Amino acid sequence: MATAAARETAGSQAYDVPDGAGDTTDTTGYERAFDAAVAADERIEPRDWMPDAYRATLVRQIAQHAHSEIIGMQPEANWITRAPSLRRKAILMAKVQDEAGHGLYLYSAAETLGVSRDELLDKLHSGRQKYSSIFNYPTLTWADVGAIGWLVDGAAITNQVPLCRCSYGPYARAMVRICKEESFHQRQGYELLLALSRGTPEQHAMAQDAVDRWWWPSLMMFGPPDDESQHSAQSMAWKIKRHSNDELRQRFVDICVPQAASLGLTLPDPDLKWNEERGHYDFGPIDWTEFWDVLKGNGPCNEQRLTRRRQAHEEGAWVREAAAAHAAKHSNGETGATRA
Amino acid sequence: MTHTDWPLWEVFVRSRRGLSHTHAGSLHAPDAELALRNARDLYTRRGEGVSIWVVPSSSITASSPDEKDPFFEPAADKPYRHPTFYEIPEGVQHL
Amino acid sequence: MTTTPAKDTAHTAAALALGDDALVLSHRLGEWAGHAPVLEEEVALANIALDLLGQARVLLSMAGDEDELAYLREERAFRNLQLVEQPNGDFAHTIARQLYFSSHQYLLYGELAAGDGPFAPLAGKAVKEIAYHRDHAEQWTLRLGDGTEESHTRMQRAVDALWRYTGEMFQPVEGLDVDWPALEAAWLERLTEVLVRATLTVPDGPRTGAWAAGAGRQGLHTEPFGRVLAEMQHLHRSHPGATW
Repeated sequence: MATAAARETAGSQAYDVPDGAGDTTDTTGYERAFDAAVAADERIEPRDWMPDAYRATLVRQIAQHAHSEIIGMQPEANWITRAPSLRRKAILMAKVQDEAGHGLYLYSAAETLGVSRDELLDKLHSGRQKYSSIFNYPTLTWADVGAIGWLVDGAAITNQVPLCRCSYGPYARAMVRICKEESFHQRQGYELLLALSRGTPEQHAMAQDAVDRWWWPSLMMFGPPDDESQHSAQSMAWKIKRHSNDELRQRFVDICVPQAASLGLTLPDPDLKWNEERGHYDFGPIDWTEFWDVLKGNGPCNEQRLTRRRQAHEEGAWVREAAAAHAAKHSNGETGATRA
Repeated sequence: MTHTDWPLWEVFVRSRRGLSHTHAGSLHAPDAELALRNARDLYTRRGEGVSIWVVPSSSITASSPDEKDPFFEPAADKPYRHPTFYEIPEGVQHL
Repeated sequence: MTTTPAKDTAHTAAALALGDDALVLSHRLGEWAGHAPVLEEEVALANIALDLLGQARVLLSMAGDEDELAYLREERAFRNLQLVEQPNGDFAHTIARQLYFSSHQYLLYGELAAGDGPFAPLAGKAVKEIAYHRDHAEQWTLRLGDGTEESHTRMQRAVDALWRYTGEMFQPVEGLDVDWPALEAAWLERLTEVLVRATLTVPDGPRTGAWAAGAGRQGLHTEPFGRVLAEMQHLHRSHPGATW
């Protein structure tokens, strides 16, 4: 149902807290309604009362997700101008474009919570909000485009599918759209790697090298182990998150092992083997020191990605200002679309 | 740097002729013309639409969740508005 | 879109000229990915680039194997206009390039679509895409020209800088049955109207360089083009005979 867009532009009263709800002494009724809605698997919508911490968690998570889409354009855009066939070039351009689109859907979802996109971009640019660490790894060869599609998008989809049922309506709806559009991302990556794996020995080696470099960082995308994950428990209770980090990671490993075999490529983990008893693949220990190090800003591309993003934003400022100035000058004369 | 955050627009897309426009999402644009074009690029790039409306988000007046009960509950107890309320003898057709 | 092989060498030459225009401009627009002035514009520029790449693939396939033509020809064998190979510059330069080219391409493809030559099917489909490209360029020309003082200055500079590459667009292309002078007049009329509305001055300099008059169609290109090809072709050429 299009209960429509009950949101005001940022800066005005961004979300309507019902009268009295700001008064923390008197929120019990609202809180009970919120808890009941979450318990009943109903969606929370923008104008509903929600606990401040729920709102803050969502803003943080959705913004981080949006930032990841936008920063994530860079490693792949790095290969658009060098794509080795026109077919691959078209696919890659469409994919990078989708990522911009997905960033937009997600910023819109975040904006329903009373923050503006400008605010969120400021936080990204100043390093106060994070994006997925995976994008701080470099794309060194063409095969990396395939590995990102297969492994990075594969991991992202594993994470995102449950988010389609997230308790916050706008986020869940954005994820439905994103998941639908992203199904081609993973497949094109797999197909790309398959062509390389079955190609010349040099191409095969290129594919194997990419998988070797991207496998472990992809596993890290699910976040720290459950017992070290600071936000997990509360997010699960709020049904923002539906499965634990380790659960999703295991699901991803189980999916990838046979896919790698079909590709004719190996995964760089000597401990990887089927565990009959658990009904899952066992895998080796993850180097969490690397994870935290990259997260802290010491990855191979942290500085480069953020600098590039800031630069794009700053260089675009005069364009955004010009369009705003033009709109202000002509706000009376021009009409928009007529109802059709 | 000055902030020139463009206003927010709500986008409604008619997916095919015969259906009504449905809320698709939102976007930023400096004016209505660009909002329409941005909407075309963003929300119909996979052929999802044949017509688009854009509305400044600030122009939408929405019912408040606080008034949910007075607004919507009174409609729930008027079953006589629905055809299933009425008993018709078996065999009567075209009713 | 069905690909009909070009009937003769004249049509092959024309397919290359049009195909190279679309290929090279698409490549330039692809360079914007990740740093457009605003996110909505990332999506818009990519849409245009994808349309052009689609056109290029059909056209090059009419002349031969699309990848061989794109990746294995030397610079002198490319037949694109010098205009489309010009660097992106700032957003104003990109918009000026788009404005000049899409207004021209719209008129040209309109004529081709109305004819019964081998390009009619492609042109009929593409002209709708190009109408949108032209609209995009005009909308932005209006906003940048009549926006802030800075944007006005930048847009005027861009319009002036690229003016010298516009004459080449109306040189007859072998294999295309087009009334070029009429095309040029229509182009100039539309362009003047847009620039005036955008409070910009129509440049009055020469529309071809004294040295390079209309050279792109004969295979003579500007300095930046060598780098475009170096980047575009490097990977493909590094693996001779490989499939991707």
